[in-house]
Amino acid sequence: MTTTPQAVRRASPRTRRKTTPAAPDPSAGFMPQREPVRLLEPDGTPLPARDDYPEPPVEALREMYRRMVVGRRFDVQATALTKQGRLAVYPSARGQEACQIGGVLALREDDWVFPTYRESMALTARGLDPVEVLTLLCGDWHCGYDPAATRTAPQCTPLATQCVHAAGLAYGESYQGRDTVALAFIGDGATSEGDFHEGINFAAVFKAPVVYLVQNNKYAISVPLSRQTAAPSLAYKGVGYGVPSEQVDGNDPVAVLAVLDRAVAHARAGKGPYLVEAHTYRMEPHTNADDQTRYRDADEVEAWRDRDPIARLEAYLRARGVLDDAAVAAVAEEAEEYAATLRRRMDSQPTVDPLSLFDHVYAEPTPQLVEQREMVRAELAADGEGDA
Amino acid sequence: MATMTMAKALNAALADAMLDDERVVVFGEDVGQLGGVFRITDGLQARFGDKRCFDTPLAEAGIVGFAVGLAMSGLRPVVEMQFDAFAYPAFEQIASHVAKLRNRTRGALSVPIVIRVPYAGGIGGVEHHCDSSEAYYAHTPGLKVVTPATVDDAYSLLRAAVDDPDPVVFLEPKKLYFTSAEAELPARTAPIGTAVVRRPGSDATLIAYGPAVPVALAAAEAAREEGWDLEVVDVRSIVPFDDATVTASVRRTGRCVVIQEAQGFAGVGAEIAARVQERCFHALHAPVLRVSGLDIPYPAPMLEHTHLPSVDRVLDAVARLQWDDQPDTRWVAA
Ligand SMILES: Cc1ncc(C[n+]2csc(CCOP(=O)(O)OP(=O)(O)O)c2C)c(N)n1
Ligand SMILES: [Mg+2]
Repeated sequence: MTTTPQAVRRASPRTRRKTTPAAPDPSAGFMPQREPVRLLEPDGTPLPARDDYPEPPVEALREMYRRMVVGRRFDVQATALTKQGRLAVYPSARGQEACQIGGVLALREDDWVFPTYRESMALTARGLDPVEVLTLLCGDWHCGYDPAATRTAPQCTPLATQCVHAAGLAYGESYQGRDTVALAFIGDGATSEGDFHEGINFAAVFKAPVVYLVQNNKYAISVPLSRQTAAPSLAYKGVGYGVPSEQVDGNDPVAVLAVLDRAVAHARAGKGPYLVEAHTYRMEPHTNADDQTRYRDADEVEAWRDRDPIARLEAYLRARGVLDDAAVAAVAEEAEEYAATLRRRMDSQPTVDPLSLFDHVYAEPTPQLVEQREMVRAELAADGEGDA
Repeated sequence: MATMTMAKALNAALADAMLDDERVVVFGEDVGQLGGVFRITDGLQARFGDKRCFDTPLAEAGIVGFAVGLAMSGLRPVVEMQFDAFAYPAFEQIASHVAKLRNRTRGALSVPIVIRVPYAGGIGGVEHHCDSSEAYYAHTPGLKVVTPATVDDAYSLLRAAVDDPDPVVFLEPKKLYFTSAEAELPARTAPIGTAVVRRPGSDATLIAYGPAVPVALAAAEAAREEGWDLEVVDVRSIVPFDDATVTASVRRTGRCVVIQEAQGFAGVGAEIAARVQERCFHALHAPVLRVSGLDIPYPAPMLEHTHLPSVDRVLDAVARLQWDDQPDTRWVAA
């Protein structure tokens, strides 16, 4: 930048005294806190209450605890299913339970979720059928649940592309007079993609009620956060778009829910999008197929065990006297049952009709597809004769 | 001679290119410490340092656009797109700049970059990990498009791509990464722009490229039992296309089936079939037929075998090449 004479003048002490007091920083309303918002110490000890992020009601926290425990059990079960060959691949969210559960608990049933491949736990916590959620990773079809009925977009693999969809959906809802909020999950790495920026900018310009929840788990496969941004926090990425942004300790379930409650309320009130960066950590490899020894030390992973979000919430709720041994045991039992039912249901390999390949490519099949369908049908018939 | 995988040959080609020319830099997503999700860049960062081989922010348009700028400054970027469908964010950079810069500037600027893309299916991958995207690139003038099917071609063509004055989209068939063969490096098989007869035969020509080449070879083997002696041509360079080798083969055999893994409509196989028909009409005893993937989005793992060209589908096509001089009734409207 070149220094204009005007700027020089303004800098001189004599004239500075004459100027009116500095105008308020226009970005002030958008800036995240310097430190991630925290309401609990890692050991569950409560921190002083704060006005900007009031603590959620105790019933919500107990529910969060329950869903986190069941969610983790689901996740461990899904990883086990890859070892038995029942899932082609599974990206685990273990360690990220506060974000996964907080992200869906902050929403109403008629709100929309835009998940990535990482959010199987969040979707089951939302109440989606776990077998339908795992369809993609099991390999029988792309999306196993009904997005329209569940108000949950298909799990998105092309990184960050869901950010723009969320903006469009949220604007479309408000356009039609509904107060639906959309919450888009995204990873730290994917914030480098253009679509993240386009999505948040569209949402801001159209005041679309979207909450962008960045789960900063420190890695994009092997690539550390330092290769994604030179900014002090990913939450700063909202500021340039005029979007209020916050960073939160993503392993503090109480803080995550408190921040998301405020973000969702902001969006629902018609004030536009909100960006939340949650600092967390993925405890498992990127997927079961990933060799994490190539890029991170076991010590680093170990250190995060002390910041376990479930233990943190459990300690807090116990100390408050709203969770006892019996309640903990009941939740543990529910989680085991959930996993056992899933195991049983995943026991049998689903059969998929090859002719279904031609369904839903278009509303009506093209003449070419009709022809190709006939070819496959004839092949199957011939094979059937061969087997007989 | 040593037995090695195609993945290893590609890795060796990158290492040798970096050794021979210090302008060569390799970058992309997870190519550094991890060595790429398919390990094609394994060990390059350790050996050449993190200025020569490095991870970038996660943005494909950024990776290719950055490469354009680096090339303008005199470097020789080799970039990796992690999977076929994840190259789409880079398509604007590829179609609007990589492909056109030489032409727009009357040759003052060129973009000698290599865009490596693991592509196609057959590995049980979930959606967006199995696209055959060659037609998009082949349809874009200014790009060379190359796809090896053998271990020594993988080495040789990648070296040639790095040396080429033009941008090369280098399509690596994932399902062949871990097939191995005897190879002696540094192998130099043939320049970009040459097809090769993989197997001589006299009755009909099977034309294939990339992941379809092993299918064509297996079909030719199986056809022997049915009394057909089939020739197999491996295109390996889609752009520039080697009309001479293909035409000579089909003129000799008089029959032709084109095989591609990609969905058929408006695919590279359609281009090949048209060129053969234009150049070999008087030598043909039957229409040129195509065997391809179905015209559907790439299916989920459990159904991919129904989608992919199979030996049986190739043999069915060969059977319809009018051996008894009877017209093929398949396309006659009822
Ligand atoms: C456009 C695109 N490029 C590359 C990939 C391959 N890929 C899948 S996950 C991933 C890392 C994403 O990291 P991050 O956004 O931090 O999310 P996380 O996996 O850590 O939850 C990459 C590179 C992809 N899915 N889409
Ligand atoms: Mg991440």
